[in-house]
Amino acid sequence: MFTVLMLVVAFGAIFFYLPVMKDSAGNVLDSSFNIFYFHMPIAIVAYLAFFVVFVSSILYLRENDSKWDMVSLSAAEVGVIFAFLVLATGSIWAKAIWGWYWVWEPRLTTSLVLFLVYVGYLMLRTALDDPLKRARLSAVFGIVAFVSVPLSFLSIRIWRSAHPLMFGGSLYGQDGGGLEGSSLLLVLLFNMLAFVMLFIGLTSFKFQNEKLGRELEMAKGR
Amino acid sequence: MLKGLNIAFKDLKIESRAREIFISMVVFSLLILIIFSIAFSDLLSSASKTATVASGVLWICFIFAGTLGLNRTFATEVQNGCMDALKMCPIPPNSIYLSKVIFVFLLMLLVEIITIPMFSVLFNYQFTAIIWVGIVILLGSFGFVVVGCLISALVIRARAGEMLLPVLLLPLSLPVIIPAVSATSGLLRGEDIFSLMSYIRLLVVYDFVFFAVSMLVFEYVVED
Repeated sequence: MFTVLMLVVAFGAIFFYLPVMKDSAGNVLDSSFNIFYFHMPIAIVAYLAFFVVFVSSILYLRENDSKWDMVSLSAAEVGVIFAFLVLATGSIWAKAIWGWYWVWEPRLTTSLVLFLVYVGYLMLRTALDDPLKRARLSAVFGIVAFVSVPLSFLSIRIWRSAHPLMFGGSLYGQDGGGLEGSSLLLVLLFNMLAFVMLFIGLTSFKFQNEKLGRELEMAKGR
Repeated sequence: MLKGLNIAFKDLKIESRAREIFISMVVFSLLILIIFSIAFSDLLSSASKTATVASGVLWICFIFAGTLGLNRTFATEVQNGCMDALKMCPIPPNSIYLSKVIFVFLLMLLVEIITIPMFSVLFNYQFTAIIWVGIVILLGSFGFVVVGCLISALVIRARAGEMLLPVLLLPLSLPVIIPAVSATSGLLRGEDIFSLMSYIRLLVVYDFVFFAVSMLVFEYVVED
């Protein structure tokens, strides 16, 4: 409930609180830039979700506790949805600014690949019948899959890329534009917080659901 | 390490007698080449245009042929319970993985050695900087095989595992494939190797990372 409230405030802030955006030359930027306040928090949450899959996969292999398997599954499912939303919001913005929904360039390619890797993770899970085997093998895949996350995250810094860089510098000396003014940063941070809360909420829902499902299976088996 | 070599030697011996995996990999790779040479027949007159498609065509041949080979690597062990026998051997499980990497890597190299001259013939193309191209192809194939053997061992237990292998393997191995393809095409376009160092570095890093991670987790794949 609290998460919903936060999301409402966060979205409201994007549409009503934000001042008009200007670029370094003083030109007023298109309002399509507002989608950035969805796009970046969603992207961060997707990376976070995959990191959770990675950590809980390692913990599963260490401790052999099916709790961690359920955490992996829940985080992966939510992560896939968020990874898709990153692609969708990015494409909408790209259509408005670049004129195309999709361009072949490193950031977009690696993000799409990341999405496909975790779709693969879910496919692998459905293809394995024995629960113990499923948990163990998908944990292995969850660990290996995480290897491509840093590549996607760093792609705009390693390669020349058309994707805008907001914070930090790249290897090619291109600097992040950054956000001028505390109100913009505030909105961004608040959105990020709201989306992280949403992630935690969805994942724990899924986790509870999965737990009840397994208890039901146990009861049926008896 | 040495025990891994022994198992790889066993696989190579079987393969040298039966030749079923190798022949189908080579034929498949050549068929893809022929289809591309038909599709790109207009380009044959211009070497610079051929250079732009060469890297893509070659890597598609290698990757598809490699996937075909990877499909069979663990399938031969599952027949007659050979995998259980291997696990009973007093060797670390990693050496089973290592042996498969060596085996498939050698098969891929042989396929590449046959495919590249055939590309020259079919596309009327003279390769430049062949040593550097060779090194990039070696590094790229190694990374691909390292990921491939792990995934191959994973999906062998799954339903419709052979369908699942390419779906899981291609996106996962992309951190190796992207720099390999880009570096190859840069070299064939006549770019200096030093201007492509960022790709080579990425390729080497991912080779190491994938190899290290696979060595660490492989024992959980075969543990039953």
